[in-house]
Amino acid sequence: MTIEGLLGRKLGTTQVFDERGRLRGVTAVEVGPCFVTHIRTTEADGYTALQIGFQDDRKLNKPEAGHLKSAGNLKLRHLAEFRVSDSSAYTLGDQLGAELFETGQKVDVTATSKGRGFQGGVRRHNFRGGPKTHGQSDRHRAPGSIGSGTTPGRVFKGTRMAGHMGAERTTIMNLEVVARNDERGVIFVAGSVPGPIGGLVRVRKARKVSK
Amino acid sequence: MAYELDALIPNEARTGLPDFGSGDTVRVHAKVVEGDKERIQVFEGVVIRRRMKGLVSNFTVRKIASGVGVERTFPINSPRVDKIEVIRRGKVRRKNLYYLRGLTGKAARIKEKRF
Repeated sequence: MTIEGLLGRKLGTTQVFDERGRLRGVTAVEVGPCFVTHIRTTEADGYTALQIGFQDDRKLNKPEAGHLKSAGNLKLRHLAEFRVSDSSAYTLGDQLGAELFETGQKVDVTATSKGRGFQGGVRRHNFRGGPKTHGQSDRHRAPGSIGSGTTPGRVFKGTRMAGHMGAERTTIMNLEVVARNDERGVIFVAGSVPGPIGGLVRVRKARKVSK
Repeated sequence: MAYELDALIPNEARTGLPDFGSGDTVRVHAKVVEGDKERIQVFEGVVIRRRMKGLVSNFTVRKIASGVGVERTFPINSPRVDKIEVIRRGKVRRKNLYYLRGLTGKAARIKEKRF
C-alpha cells in the first residue's frame, strides 16, 4: 500500500466539466510536492509511517536543519506524518505528489477552518433568535432560556452559548476527486474545503467509503 | 476569483464562438443523452444574461414554450453545447434583461440592432 495522504495548499474554488460533461463546483488543491523526511519502522517506533515535508521556503534553525539534512537539505516549512503499511519501499528525500490521487477516488480533507471570532448563538449554533415584531426589544438574536430554576440551580456543562467560532481543525470526508492537473500537481475535489485560500490542507484517501 | 484558476482547470475554450450578448436571439444546439443514445436538441430564445467568467462563463436563454416562460443556462465551454447560432441582434440598454420575466407578448419584444 502506498502512503495514505499528503500535505497541500488550497488554491480556491472554480468549476470543471466531468467526464459526462456535467459542470461540477470544485475546490482546487495543490498537493505536494512533498518529500520524505523521516521513516518510522516497526523496530524503532512500533509502527510504520512516513514523515513528509511540504513547501520549500523557510529559514531553519540548527535543529530543524539537522533533522532535514539526510532528506536532502530541503528547507521545508510543514512536516506531517502519514501511515503506510510498508515503509521500507521509501527512502529519505523521495518526492510525492498529486499522482497519489486518482480521478473518481474519494478523499478526506483536513484543515483549520476560517476563524470567525466571537459569535452569538444564532450564527454559531443556528439558534432561531426571538420574534422580530410584537413589541420585542433587545430579544431579536437572544439565545432564550439556558436552563431551569432552583432545580438544578445551575447551567449544565456543554450548554450551547455564544463564544469563539472557527479556527479549529475540521475534516470534510468523502470528497470526490473530479479532475487532476498532472503538470501543476493540482487535484480538483467536489465541494468545499475548510480554511482560507492559500491555507495548508491534509489530503488523505477516504477512510469511510460507502458503496 | 475564477480567472486565476483558468490556467489550471481542464476546461477547453470553445472555438468558433460567435459574438453575442444580452438581447440577441440565439439557437443553441445542446446534446441530450437519452438512455444510451445522444441527440441534439435545439433551444431558441433571447439571451437575457451573459456572465463573463473566463473558462466558466455562462449565458441564459429565455423563450416562451406552450405559453410558459422557460429559461436555460448554458456554460459556454460545455462539451454538451454543440453549437451556438445568432439569429437576430437585439438593441437593449442593460446587461441583464430580468425585466422580460414580467412581460409577455408585444411588451416583451426587443428592437433589432441596425448597423
